[in-house]
Amino acid sequence: MSFDPVVLFFLLGLAAGVAKSDLKLPAALYDTLSVFLLLCIGIKGGLELAKQPVLTLLPQALLVLAMGAAIPLLVYPLLRWRLTQADAASIAAHYGSVSVVTYAVGVAYLSRIGEAFESQTTLFLVLLEMPALIVGVILARRGSRSGHGHGWGKLLHEVLLGKSMVLLLGGLAIGALAGPDGIKPLDRLYVDLFKPTLTLFLLEVGLVVAGKIGILRREGLFLLVAGIGLPLALSWLGIGVGLMLGMSAGGLTLMALLAASASYIAAPAAMRMAVPEADPALSLGAALGITFPFNLLVGIPLYHQFALAVA
Amino acid sequence: MTFHTRTLLTIVTESALENDLVELFHRHRLRGWTIVEARGKGEHGEKRGSFDANGNIQIELIAETAAAEQLATTIAERFGAHYALVQWLAEVRVLRAEKF
Repeated sequence: MSFDPVVLFFLLGLAAGVAKSDLKLPAALYDTLSVFLLLCIGIKGGLELAKQPVLTLLPQALLVLAMGAAIPLLVYPLLRWRLTQADAASIAAHYGSVSVVTYAVGVAYLSRIGEAFESQTTLFLVLLEMPALIVGVILARRGSRSGHGHGWGKLLHEVLLGKSMVLLLGGLAIGALAGPDGIKPLDRLYVDLFKPTLTLFLLEVGLVVAGKIGILRREGLFLLVAGIGLPLALSWLGIGVGLMLGMSAGGLTLMALLAASASYIAAPAAMRMAVPEADPALSLGAALGITFPFNLLVGIPLYHQFALAVA
Repeated sequence: MTFHTRTLLTIVTESALENDLVELFHRHRLRGWTIVEARGKGEHGEKRGSFDANGNIQIELIAETAAAEQLATTIAERFGAHYALVQWLAEVRVLRAEKF
C-alpha cells in the first residue's frame, strides 16, 4: 500500500523536531497558511451547503451542538478521577471542541480513496468548536468563587470572533452566496491548492508536536491512556450521531473524527483566559502530543473501518 | 538638554494577557508602551519561537516611579498566581520628561 503524502509530511516534521533539526517555518507563513486553509474548508463546505434547504439542516445542527456540549460532560468525570477540577475541565473542553486540521486531513483521506461524504460536516465543524468550551468553563468554575480568569463577555467574544470561527463561517457564507459558478475563477487557489498547502502546514505541526512530547516524561502513562482512549471511545459517539442523521460511510467517518479530535488552537487560548489555574502543558500534551498524531496515523483509517462496519 | 530620572518597567509574560494588560495601562492613564514578541526559558517552560497558541511577550514602559511600582504590584496581584510573569523596575534617564 502507498502512504498518504499528507501524513508523510507530518511525520517528516515530527522526525525533524525529535532530532532537534533547525528546521522551522516562519511564524508569518504558518499564520498565512492557516488563514488559507480555514477559508478553503469554509468555501468548500459553503458550495455544497448551497445545494441544501436550510430548514432540514436546523434540527441536525441542534443535535450536533448537543453532542459538542455532551462530550465534556462525559469526559470530565473520568478525568476528575486523576486530575484537579481545573485540569479535568480544561482537558474535557479540549476534547469536546474540534481540530480543524484533523478534519482537513480526514477530508483529504476520503477524497483520496474516493469516498463521498455529506457536505454539512463542514458546518458541524464550525458548530462544534464552541459549546464544549462553554461547558468546560462552567465545569471549571463550579462551586468556586475564586474570581480567577476572565468574564463571560470577554470569553464569548474571544471564541465567537476568533480567527478560525470568522474564517470558517466567512468561507461558508462566501461559498454559499457565490455558488459554484462564482467560485469557479478561484478554483485554482481555493480548491486545487488545498492539499498541497495542507502538506506544508502539517510539516510545521509535526515540528510543534515534537516539542510537546517532553510532557510525556512527566505524565506519560495517564496522558497516553487518555489521549488514545478518549478519541477511540468518542468516535463511537460521533458515529451514533451520524447514524441518527442517516449519513453515509464517508459522513460517519468525519462525524467520528469530529467527535474524536481535540482542539489545540481555540481551546488552549480560551482555557488559558478562562481557567488560568489549569496547566496548559497537560491539556496540550494530550490534545496535540498524543491525540492529534493518533487520529492522523491510526484514527482516520480506523474510523473509516468502523463506519463501513455500521453503514 | 537635561536628562530626567524615570522608572522603566519591563514585563515578560504570556501573550494571552496582552489585551488585559493594555486595558490596565489605559486605566492607569499611561502615556505609552512598547510590546514585542519574546522567546526564552523560565519557570513555565521554554518558548522557542515555533508556532505556539500562546507565545510570550515583553512589554516596556516608562513612568514616574510611584506609578510604575503601583502598576507592577497590581499586575503581580492579578496575574502572578497562574500566568508566566516576570517584572522588573530600573531607573532610567530620559529626555523630554513630559512624555512619561
